[in-house]
Formats: sequence, C-alpha cells, structure tokens
Amino acid sequence: MNKVTNFFSSRWGMIGTGVFIGIVAALLQKWGNPGNMGVCVACFERDIAGALGLHRADIVQYMRPEIIGFVLGSLIAAYLFREFSARGGSAPIVRFVLGVFAMIGALVFLGCPWRALLRLAGGDWNAIFGILGLAAGVGVGTLFLRTGYDLGRSQKTQTIMGWIFPLIMLGFLVLTFVFPQITGQDKNGVLFYSMKGPGSMHAPLVISLVAGLAIGFIAQRSRFCTMGALRDLILFKQAHLFFGIVALVVAAFLTNLILGQFHPGFDGQPVSHTMGLWNFGGMVLAGLAFALAGGCPGRQLFLAGEGDSDAAIFVLGMIVGAAIAHNFGLASSPKGVGPYGVAGVIIGLLVCLFIGFAFRKKTA
Amino acid sequence: MASTIDARGLSCPQPVIMTMSEMARTGTGDIVILVDTDTSKENVMRAATGKEWNVAGVDRDGEGYRITISRV
Repeated sequence: MNKVTNFFSSRWGMIGTGVFIGIVAALLQKWGNPGNMGVCVACFERDIAGALGLHRADIVQYMRPEIIGFVLGSLIAAYLFREFSARGGSAPIVRFVLGVFAMIGALVFLGCPWRALLRLAGGDWNAIFGILGLAAGVGVGTLFLRTGYDLGRSQKTQTIMGWIFPLIMLGFLVLTFVFPQITGQDKNGVLFYSMKGPGSMHAPLVISLVAGLAIGFIAQRSRFCTMGALRDLILFKQAHLFFGIVALVVAAFLTNLILGQFHPGFDGQPVSHTMGLWNFGGMVLAGLAFALAGGCPGRQLFLAGEGDSDAAIFVLGMIVGAAIAHNFGLASSPKGVGPYGVAGVIIGLLVCLFIGFAFRKKTA
Repeated sequence: MASTIDARGLSCPQPVIMTMSEMARTGTGDIVILVDTDTSKENVMRAATGKEWNVAGVDRDGEGYRITISRV
C-alpha cells in the first residue's frame, strides 16, 4: 500500500490525477452535464442548495451526485490507506464565513477554479479573466501567509465527528433514491428538480456518482488542489500541484477536441457572461477566500471526507453562500452580473482582508 | 542539537512555511518536524528535498509523524 501512496504523491501521480479529472469532466459533459461544467464544485453545491430549496432559482436545482461521490470516495480512500482522522476546531466560524464569500465570488464569475480550467479547455476565453483573478486573489492570500496568517491548530476529536459530514452526504444520496427525478415534474417530495437551464442538464445518476467516487478517491490520494497549485508556485516556487492543473486543462482540451466540444470565443459561451472585470473580480474574491481557508472547493470536500470537520464547515458555508447569492441577486447570469453582485464582491473582499489582517500572529 | 518544529494540527501550508523558515534560519544541521497528517508529511519531505536537505528519518509518533531532516 505504501508504494501506491508514494505513486500518487509523486509528480506522475499528480499529473495522472489531473489527466483523469480532465477526461472524466469532458465525458460527463458529453453524457449530459452542462457546457464546460463536466465538474464544477461551486456550481454543483449551488445546485444542491437549490435541490434542497434553500434558494428557489428554478434553473439551478439538482442534487448533484458528483459532490456526494467526492466526499464518499475520499472517505473510502482515507479508510483504505489508514488516513481517516477526525479533527476540527481550527476557527470554524471563520471558515464558514470564508466559504460563504468564496461561493459569492465564484457565482459572480460563474464557476469554481475547476470550472475556470474546464471553461478554458472548452475555448471560453472569458475564463482567462477568471483565472487571472484567481491567481491575483491567491497572490494576496500568500502575502498574508508570509506575514504570519494562521487560523490556529485543529484538535483530534472523536471518530464519529469526522463521520458527520460524510453521513450528511449519504443522507442526500438516500434522498435522491427516495425522491428521484420524475419527468415533467419540478419537485418530488422534499427535492426540487430544474426542468430547464443548467440544473436540468445532467449525466445519468449512477454515472455521475461513480465518476465522483473515482475522482474523490484519487484526489484524496494525490492531494490535488487547484488553489494550492497557484499558492505553492507563488509562495514556494514549487510546481508539484501546478502540474496537476496543467494536466487537467490539456486532457480536457484534447478530449473536448475529440468529442467536438471545443468552441473558442468570448460570446455565447455556455453558462458564462462577458463582463471581464467581474469575471476577474469575482475570482479575486474566491481565490483569496480559498487561500485563507487553505484549499480549493474540491480539496475542501476531500478533506471533509477524510475527517476534517473544519473543511466540512467551509463547504456548508459555500452551500449557504449559494443560497444567499441566488436569493438576493448576487449571482451572475449569462446576461451579466446580478444587481447586487458587485456589492457582494466588494463586501467580500473587505471581509477577507479583515480576516487576513486579524488572524496574523504577532511574531512571524 | 536539533531544533524541533511542532506543526501538529496546522493545516496547509503552515507546516511547510515553518519548515522552510527554519531551514533558511539554520542553514545546516538537523531539524525535527512533528506533523499529524500524511499530507503534511509528504509536503514537508518534498519541501526539504527541494531545498537539498536530506530526509534522515520518518518515524511514527503517536497519531502523527516525526520527520528528521538534515544538511551538512
């Protein structure tokens, strides 16, 4: 087992993870997921918030099995390799707030870092502004890290505590089997289902779930992280994680070419808008929030699967952030930013800067 | 006398930042780093070898690991 561990944490293990995610994401789009959204952690958590009725934007409501799979796949890997470790207590309320604003920033851009990469691989050049914003936000985050920013230590805790979030995900999975989608109905029992828009577009449930489990498994092993990729490059000049995101983009691009899913341009791209400044600004906010929380939204799910309840709190923050963004007009649409999107980004940046300054240790 | 860094309970990238700054401060000698996750163990070892330090030993230490790195 040790050998496998070493392989996934090697450079080729990281590249293999990126290639796998890139190919699977492009295929998930082929099998039904929305354009350039084979996998999007932010969008899919937003769809889950919608499926639960936390927001009522009727085009983005679906209990995405990929997210459930990410957490449970990571849980399985963590148990197989004896890495499951229930821990928590490192500034949970701060992580919740960071999750809320990370999601607001991502929904102004319309995608998490994973989707930014997939949009690029699909020819959506608006993503370039988003990726530049992400790098800028992470860059600001590294300035805080350099000057002693630290949310404090987590503590070992009872094993069951680490199970709470995976059990919530398992509960969501049970709900989808008890209240499956019925053609022509926007609701079954307690779950909402979009009849139009991105929420209505999805790969078959079992395929989505298996893809999520597989990605969750190998991402737990390799520690794949899109935010860390930029952070480590800026902070340590270390490219280990960066190879993973480059591999993802190249693999998704080639798969898109083969499947006829590569459509270069700015206008008319799926689930995107062309306001460059706010594509940039939204991702500055998201990147800063991810950097201050120590992981991209995918990584937070994998950490939550291996027992980190602080990461779980961040994810819950993101789900609540999605509800806020769609209930109060912060989220963008293909027409552009929402009426309160710009205000949301500015407030979010101020809050993140406050957190960054407030949590610096005096002697760093 | 090896200096010891206790990075247990700290999340990414704190263990690496602490290791990096200690390597820069001492330049040579032994450094012991305590971590509590496999991810931190891998990251610290990668940071050390990247700066041409040797990983002299990795031992189980309670729930975590005790990593010794050295440079002459």
